[in-house]
Amino acid sequence: MAEKRRVLITGVSRFLGLRLAKLLEDDDSIDSIIGVDLEEPPIPVDRLEFVRVDIRNPLIARVIEATGATVLVHTNISSSPGLLGGRSQMKENNVIGTMQLLAGAQRARRLEKVIVKSSAAIYGSGPGEPSILPEDHAARQVELSGYAKDCAEAEIYVRDFGRRRGDVDLVIFRTQNVIGPTVRTNITDYLSLPAVPTALGYDPRLQFLHEEDAVAAFRSAIVEDCRGIFNIAADGVVYLSQAIRLMGKVELPIVLPAAEGFASLLRSFNVVDFPTDQLKLILYGRVVDTGRAKEAFGFAPRYSTRASLEDFRDHHRGELAPEPSVRPHWERELFEYLRTRSKESV
Amino acid sequence: MADAEVIRLDSRTKSRPKARCRATTSTGRPCRNYAVDGDDYCRIHGGDARRRHPSRSRPVASEEPHAEVAARGNLLEWAQDFLSRRLSGDYPVDDFGYDPELAREVLLPLAKPLYDNYFRVRTLGVDRIPATGPALLVANHSGTIPLDAVMLQYAVATEHPQKRTIRNVAATLAFRTPFIGPLARKSGNAVACDEDALELLRRGELLGVFPEGYKGVGKGWRERYKLQRFGRGGFVELALKSRVPVVPVAIVGAEEAYPMIADARGLARIFGFPYFPITPTFPLLGPLGALPLPSRWVIEFGEPIPMDDYPDDAADDAMLVFDLSDRIRDTIQQMLYENLKVRGGAFF
Repeated sequence: MAEKRRVLITGVSRFLGLRLAKLLEDDDSIDSIIGVDLEEPPIPVDRLEFVRVDIRNPLIARVIEATGATVLVHTNISSSPGLLGGRSQMKENNVIGTMQLLAGAQRARRLEKVIVKSSAAIYGSGPGEPSILPEDHAARQVELSGYAKDCAEAEIYVRDFGRRRGDVDLVIFRTQNVIGPTVRTNITDYLSLPAVPTALGYDPRLQFLHEEDAVAAFRSAIVEDCRGIFNIAADGVVYLSQAIRLMGKVELPIVLPAAEGFASLLRSFNVVDFPTDQLKLILYGRVVDTGRAKEAFGFAPRYSTRASLEDFRDHHRGELAPEPSVRPHWERELFEYLRTRSKESV
Repeated sequence: MADAEVIRLDSRTKSRPKARCRATTSTGRPCRNYAVDGDDYCRIHGGDARRRHPSRSRPVASEEPHAEVAARGNLLEWAQDFLSRRLSGDYPVDDFGYDPELAREVLLPLAKPLYDNYFRVRTLGVDRIPATGPALLVANHSGTIPLDAVMLQYAVATEHPQKRTIRNVAATLAFRTPFIGPLARKSGNAVACDEDALELLRRGELLGVFPEGYKGVGKGWRERYKLQRFGRGGFVELALKSRVPVVPVAIVGAEEAYPMIADARGLARIFGFPYFPITPTFPLLGPLGALPLPSRWVIEFGEPIPMDDYPDDAADDAMLVFDLSDRIRDTIQQMLYENLKVRGGAFF
């Protein structure tokens, strides 16, 4: 590996990028951290060189070159259209952003590794899909749309980049829905509703990823020698009905033809930004196989799916602030910040 | 695989002794397996097995009634416990969605009257299923509504010495159907695809497959007990790749439960079903007609067929796969004919 490890993180002011920067802050094996985003990180990060630049701007190439980044971590693919000002803006950010970023990275001579956060949504959800999805599975019977399609298209650009820069190690993370005390996504919003709407007659298996395990996986990918596509998720599954019970909420079953309308209703009243393209998840669920990541770089999630959910339940949204002894001090700041900010997504 | 009592496929077809085993199974039913030459007991109850498990060859009173009485006394307590676990979401499920508590303590008991009193299911050779480790159960499929899968699962869960759980693979239609889908998952079914089947076997599960698929379950009354094409031999590839023994299973009785005298293809197309059954009672009697007829059932488990002596690339040898598939199909067809004779009348 490189003697000097210089990590550039996109989306550093958003949840996942920020947590990753915070984790690397005290890490001796990382020589410097460069963060890129449109707004400054809400809480200070030691050693972080922040650069305010849009990844869709050609300037990004100069930033990558000038900072001498050896590892590029792209966390800026979002699943919340509401946060970005609509679906077309979201696609602009996710797909075009990735395309421009990688175009900018192509001539960066010191670059050794590119890590991209994609999503397990790329597998879609369908009744005939394998129960436990391996990385080499291509969605067969489901048509991708919205976020999943963005991820699929972004991955194509990543692979194209890999063909042109064979010397760069490529890592794609397909993460399951991230959940935990500080993260806020459309899934966490959905599970926080007092009565959780479900589709009558359907009960999907869900799999989560605890935020700490997500960030730890990114750190491993930075420091370990690895390349390829990896599913990143917690062990075990819970049924949606079970998850709602564990959350201490009640189900609100809705007949399927009305479900889509209900989802848009919730969206328009700003209750929960649950895109209709993710409705399939609530019908058929999605579970991935994480064996490859465990073998390649020792991915070892500390929280099971159920434990992740319980941690989220016990600590989410400041209803019960995390104790300082358990969680690092900065997390409280982040916590306060997230409480006041509009929807944040990973 | 040390526990599996396996014999070669060919040995089955050689001249068979006519005598039946005199032992009683753990549930108090007569064993009825063919006895070994020069002995009064079958392979399972006789010979070494008698020395190892002396209780098996003696007719012993079933222990179940006592357990039931005890259970009834605690029924209220159990129900309270169960409900509180359900309401708090505090129960384990495996990665495939199998919910052992729900399946074993609620769904299976619901199938009990159907199994014991309505269909009066008799099992033969259930002990031939390996006590531990993976195995592939290959069964015939019939009866319009896959009740045979439920009865097969019940048979092994209650009558097998280790009370093992069969994990069946089911068609996509089952998982697409509201209410049925989650129920199928929670009772231990997985999706009929290579990935699921291989993974279940890798985890050492007992996997049940119905290679005839819709062609079997949706065939007309006139074709009863005639095995349809065994898919494309995928189950053999599966067994060869996983090197697990294949247990042939013949299920007699499901055909008469829902005798399908016609297939309303137009209606099937409208509803998106692979077939739309017309039986003597359905749709004539409305929802009442959807009740199965009280046919008598026999489920026989054949000798396991070992799959570990083949070369590594055997699964890629199409001719070998077809050949094995055909032989297993013939074995099950023979078992069906024999058990039809054993059963006698279809209803009484």
